[in-house]
Amino acid sequence: MLLIKDLHAGVNGNQILNGVNLCVNAGEVHAIMGPNGSGKSTLAGVLAGRETYNVTSGEVLYQGRDLLAMAPEERAREGLFLAFQYPVEIPGVSNTYFLKAALNAVRKHRGLEELDAVEFLQLVKKKLKIVDLDQDLLNRPVNEGFSGGEKKRNEIFHMAVLEPRLAILDETDSGLDIDALRIVADGVNRIRSKDNAIIVVTHYQRLLDYIIPDFVHVLVDGQIVKSGGKELALELEERGYDWVKEKTN
Amino acid sequence: MSTEQSTIEELANREYKYGFVTDVEAEAVPRGLNEDIVRLISSKKSEPAWLLEWRLKAFRHWQTMTEPRWPNVHYAKIDYQDIIYYSAPKQKNGPASLADVDPEILKTYEKLGIPLAERAQLAGVAVDAVFDSVSVGTTFKGKLKELGIIFCSFSEAVHEHPDLVRKYLGSVVPTNDNYFAALNSAVFSDGSFVYIPKGVRCPMELSTYFRINAAETGQFERTLIVADEGAYVSYLEGCTAPIRDENQLHAAVVELVAMDNAQVKYSTVQNWYPGDKDGKGGIFNFVTKRGKCAGVNSKISWTQVETGSAITWKYPSVLLIGDNAVGEFYSVAVTNNRQQADTGTKMIHIGKNTSSTIVSKGISAGYGQNSYRGLVEVKKNAINARNFSQCDSLLLGDKCGAHTFPYIEVKNTSSRVEHEASTSKIGEDQIFYCKQRGLSTEDAVNLIVNGFCKEVFRELPMEFAVEAQKLLGVSLEGSVG
Repeated sequence: MLLIKDLHAGVNGNQILNGVNLCVNAGEVHAIMGPNGSGKSTLAGVLAGRETYNVTSGEVLYQGRDLLAMAPEERAREGLFLAFQYPVEIPGVSNTYFLKAALNAVRKHRGLEELDAVEFLQLVKKKLKIVDLDQDLLNRPVNEGFSGGEKKRNEIFHMAVLEPRLAILDETDSGLDIDALRIVADGVNRIRSKDNAIIVVTHYQRLLDYIIPDFVHVLVDGQIVKSGGKELALELEERGYDWVKEKTN
Repeated sequence: MSTEQSTIEELANREYKYGFVTDVEAEAVPRGLNEDIVRLISSKKSEPAWLLEWRLKAFRHWQTMTEPRWPNVHYAKIDYQDIIYYSAPKQKNGPASLADVDPEILKTYEKLGIPLAERAQLAGVAVDAVFDSVSVGTTFKGKLKELGIIFCSFSEAVHEHPDLVRKYLGSVVPTNDNYFAALNSAVFSDGSFVYIPKGVRCPMELSTYFRINAAETGQFERTLIVADEGAYVSYLEGCTAPIRDENQLHAAVVELVAMDNAQVKYSTVQNWYPGDKDGKGGIFNFVTKRGKCAGVNSKISWTQVETGSAITWKYPSVLLIGDNAVGEFYSVAVTNNRQQADTGTKMIHIGKNTSSTIVSKGISAGYGQNSYRGLVEVKKNAINARNFSQCDSLLLGDKCGAHTFPYIEVKNTSSRVEHEASTSKIGEDQIFYCKQRGLSTEDAVNLIVNGFCKEVFRELPMEFAVEAQKLLGVSLEGSVG
């Protein structure tokens, strides 16, 4: 699904990623953990195609294609989804309208027929249950006036509707209380399947109590310094990131 | 250059789609302006003596006035002697019915998407079409007549309903009101006249479509709408012009009168030729629009979507005279490339418990300059008056400008006036968010801008709202930096 080879990237001349290597297959959930400033969000941003980041060297293959050569919207239409750490507000544009436009852009790209309003609404009603989202958030403008928890749930709702092949969750747990965290995690688990892959970017282990990863990677100073199974997350929680740093030094 | 920037520029440079010229034989008066020209226009229209006097009075006053320089717009001096003040498609006696209208002109309207043949009409919209200086056809006249509604060209009204015209003409915008209104009063050529009798709710949208065709010609039309007690009317106005290198002057006057319990809703989608991307050519849109809520519980509502014109100077206003009268102004003004707009409204509270709402959305792109200028005046006797104003500006790119000039004058202590203003830039974050969900840059910008204008668009009649959204897409599409 995704193959990252020796990826170097930065912003405004500051080098942040210093040779990241990662292989993600369909059906897998990978957690990327790391201290603040280790490059977690940069990695997510580079994969989604955010233009503020410069890729200086390395290669990323997504479904066998050169991901870095694709425009951000093409990546999205090819099934790459980013759940934003800070979801953006779009005043005056209803959540439903926005999502319908997005879904139809994706469907059109894949040669599928666009959904009309009725079909779309039926789909949406089904998907709402996945994240236990209040129906009235559908008619409100995208993320405007949403609480922090609602915004994050809305991201997972978008994910449920768009059915991505590869989803990257960028610190989706930040700012969530334990109930919201559980709802978000349940939603992700329901979307999880053998055909898609999920990369969970997080600072804390607690999300991984609910979304059980197949692999855990530790990112420090722009490099994956340690990889392991789900137990690595628990070990990190106990011993802190300094433990990994010391080991690698 | 980022992809956003290039898409934006590509879109901004898209061609004006209504810029064609219709080849019809026209009859024009000599270039320039003097009393003889005013007399000539009046005689061409076989007007009664009182109207000629009215015009001459306006003309004499105009000569004593100077062009306003206070608007926040810049243009080369207009040579008023270098304009042709009247041009009409040649016709023997004026069209008695649509069947007599020159087929070339009918074709023009079809190309503009406004078929005049009644059977092809969108149900529920009656149209008066003004081509250069004269009205070329009004549809659904018969059906309206059954209800006692008068909807006809201004020239026809002068002959058929002289008492009504004489009573209301200039009653809202006096001939000496301002420079351009005085000019219009002297040389106005045609326009639309509407009268809704007592207690009648006009069952269809009435609409005028203005088209400038001839070169070097000014367009000076006049619209007068009177809603008698308890009447209701919704009126739509649309405009386009061919692409020409020189600037053309459009100085119209619109007067609305609402009696007791009457309502007038006036919507405009203005798409005059805006000039090319370097600012060459385009229409100078210097228009005076004012409504008078003369009766108690009357309501006048202006909704405008202004995407065209090189320069826009207009302030659709409401005089709230009757107690409990309501005035509304909803506006979207777009300036792209070198376009300039100085637009807003005046709400003059005179009666008790009068209220007004102002929602203004300015969008600037390219080198466009957009100013909101508004006056909320509450007179001493207008006790318990209420006003709410909201002025939002959206910037696309970093070479354009947004300006706000709100004036508030309150002369009593029981009234409440609120003003909110904001300026924002389309954020790269917003665009990226949309793109990450699969939308193109173009669709993202359209979506964001339409969202920004939503409060205004929802005030438009439905067919018009769709048109307005499309228009906005065409005139902006892009512009983020």
